[in-house]
Amino acid sequence: MRTELTDTTASAVRSALARASQQMGGLTTSVVLNLVVMTDENDQYDAMKAASQAGREHPCQIIGVIARKRTGQRRLDAEVAVGDNAPGRMVLLRTFGELIDHVDSVVTPLLVPDTPVVIWWPGKSPEAPAADALGRLGQRRITDSACSEVPGQRLLELAAGYRPGDTDLAWARTTTWRSLLAATLDRPVGSIIEATVAAEADNPSADLIAAWLAGRLGVSVSTEVSEGPGVTEVSFLTDSGKVVLSRADGRNATLSKPGEPDRFVALHRRDIAELLAEELRRLDPDEVYGETLATLAGSREG
Amino acid sequence: MDNPLRDPRDRRIPRVAEPSVLVMFGVTGDLAQKKLLPAIYDLANRGLLPPGFSLVGFARRDWNDQDFANLTYDAVRAHARTKFREEVWQQVREGIRFCPGSFSDDDAFDHLADTVLQLDSERGTGGNRAFYLSIPPGQFPIVVKQLQRSGLSDETASPGWRRVVIEKPFGHDLASARELNDLLGSVFPPYSVFRIDHYLGKETVQNLLALRFANTLFEPIWNRGYVDHVQITMSEDIGIGSRAGYYDGIGAARDVIQNHLLQLLALTAMEEPVSFSSDALRAEKRKALSAVQIPDDLTEGTARGQYTAGWQGGIPVCGFFEEEAIPPDSVTETYAAIRLSVDTRRWAGVPFYLRTGKRLATRMTEIAVIFQRAPHLPFLATDARELGENALVIRVQPDEGITLRFGSKVPGSAMEVRDVNMDFAYGESFTESSPEAYERLLLDVLIGDPPLFPGHEEVEMSWQILDPIEEFWAHAGRPDPYPAGSAGPASADALMARDGRSWRRL
Repeated sequence: MRTELTDTTASAVRSALARASQQMGGLTTSVVLNLVVMTDENDQYDAMKAASQAGREHPCQIIGVIARKRTGQRRLDAEVAVGDNAPGRMVLLRTFGELIDHVDSVVTPLLVPDTPVVIWWPGKSPEAPAADALGRLGQRRITDSACSEVPGQRLLELAAGYRPGDTDLAWARTTTWRSLLAATLDRPVGSIIEATVAAEADNPSADLIAAWLAGRLGVSVSTEVSEGPGVTEVSFLTDSGKVVLSRADGRNATLSKPGEPDRFVALHRRDIAELLAEELRRLDPDEVYGETLATLAGSREG
Repeated sequence: MDNPLRDPRDRRIPRVAEPSVLVMFGVTGDLAQKKLLPAIYDLANRGLLPPGFSLVGFARRDWNDQDFANLTYDAVRAHARTKFREEVWQQVREGIRFCPGSFSDDDAFDHLADTVLQLDSERGTGGNRAFYLSIPPGQFPIVVKQLQRSGLSDETASPGWRRVVIEKPFGHDLASARELNDLLGSVFPPYSVFRIDHYLGKETVQNLLALRFANTLFEPIWNRGYVDHVQITMSEDIGIGSRAGYYDGIGAARDVIQNHLLQLLALTAMEEPVSFSSDALRAEKRKALSAVQIPDDLTEGTARGQYTAGWQGGIPVCGFFEEEAIPPDSVTETYAAIRLSVDTRRWAGVPFYLRTGKRLATRMTEIAVIFQRAPHLPFLATDARELGENALVIRVQPDEGITLRFGSKVPGSAMEVRDVNMDFAYGESFTESSPEAYERLLLDVLIGDPPLFPGHEEVEMSWQILDPIEEFWAHAGRPDPYPAGSAGPASADALMARDGRSWRRL
């Protein structure tokens, strides 16, 4: 069931939510978290769709926030949806005028109390997410450095402003790679001398994989630019030969190890909903991400 | 040396199995096609199978690799839980092999051994092999002997591990269970034998451990001071159908109570394990099972039944004796109910009622912990007439979740208290289904992580509990009839009524 409210207030939105829940038969959906999506008019459809897909794995209340014109009258418009293929409850807020700078005052009363809050910026995100008025509400703050104009630079900003609870979808994109690389080293491959990561230009995930490898292995890791798509190859030079995991087409990867047959493995690029679902699986700080950012910042300085 | 890329804090990186070969016997069976083969694809799709993972099918069919791949493909398309992706299928497809032959054919097993060895060099599976025996237990001896003869099971012959996976039934009484265990033990060391009880792979059953041991709310009342009794139910709406040949002579108690329900009882009744390692968990389950006592008077403390023709869910269905191949003098029960006690300080005097049956009103499995009534109610008797007992129900299937039942005031000017339910379901009807139990269990086999698998001691203890009851039933005449689509025989209701209790409605 869907309700639209124009020129409204947070408390009216709240009662609309309660009314909608009741009319849907007192639907008692188990909400395990609040997901606040900071988006804009262009991206809202995709972002809300991804959020509701991720919500199928993690029942949540989704609050979408769109900042409209900063000039003109202060106003709040809202759409409330309960049931209707929406997992749990969904609210879409549009803010106008000076309200744009005080969105937290609208979002706070709508949050399900004493339940974790996750803030997600699918596009542009504040320089230091944890310092943002809304970011402060979240115990988990999800950015996407791949959406910024200069992703390499953006990662350094994120590193400088890092607070436990920050995370980035470019980091989630590395999981499948990292998991295969870790599995590769489950059996001895000889001692690793150096490593290389190849990816299309301006790919923050490649920078993160490189920093992660450098931090974990304590060897020098170089990055190369390739045709893409995304990350295309990670290789280790070891004293017994070269270990290569390469993926030219964004779907199929080949793993070669010295003295072993080449093996084929599916390594598809995941969509935003899948990445978001991975992010929502854990709500405690991702320390490994924090350390990787620190390694990255350290290497850029040095 | 430790893998520098692994870090326990890095929770995104999943546990991935080592490169290995899964040799499956009985690939043409129902279980393989509906559950096992799709689970393999789903695991691959979730990135949990390593590059090089290979699947070898063995069956008495004149097939080549491609035929088996086609069978697997169809099974995956029809039953896989996750989205179909061509590249994932290709990864699985590359490792598929088939060996035709019968279990008595030495050449076929030698061919199988060659195939597996070849995979080691072709796909780098490193000698790691799991043998999944999805076959009737009568064929275990010959297959196990063949594995030994062909050198497939020999852990000393080449590097890597050897594991064997078997499905229930784990024998039909204590003696046959021991025989089976001796047979497996003659070829595989105990830590290499994985007994699958797919209920233990279910999210809710694992959640029972989280519920009990991660919270402060429930454990203080999880004892005789507060609990009145526990009901563990597995009801099925289907009849015995195509399993008639197997079912006759086995019956509901051996089929369900001995394994699933007693495992659920053990998890409900056990003390807190010192860790979730398999040794610690199994030790607690063993302790709980060893404290289980059967009723002194088995006439009063047990009930059994056979379904007769009736209506099940709007469809007229036949009775047990009209099923194919059931002899008219069969005393095999299709419904069984038992009252057990757990003689420990925690549970003294708290009965555990176990029931299971075919062709009952609905399909559902649950553990219901029923609490005592409040010792005093400061309301008028009429105000609280509709107030029942508080209950915590762990719903195992379908719609896995937890229900808490308690009294609440009915809105209005009068003080009137009635029962209300509070439901929690992590996987709501809207949400994606949680991983199939078989995915989790197959992965655990390949990783070599046994906490969710019952050990042979638990199997034997369960038979020790059940054997005297089966013995008694064998000489106690015929089971009571109950109409298909009902909640079971009247004798089961009488069993509860004698204790002043009643079953939860199905």
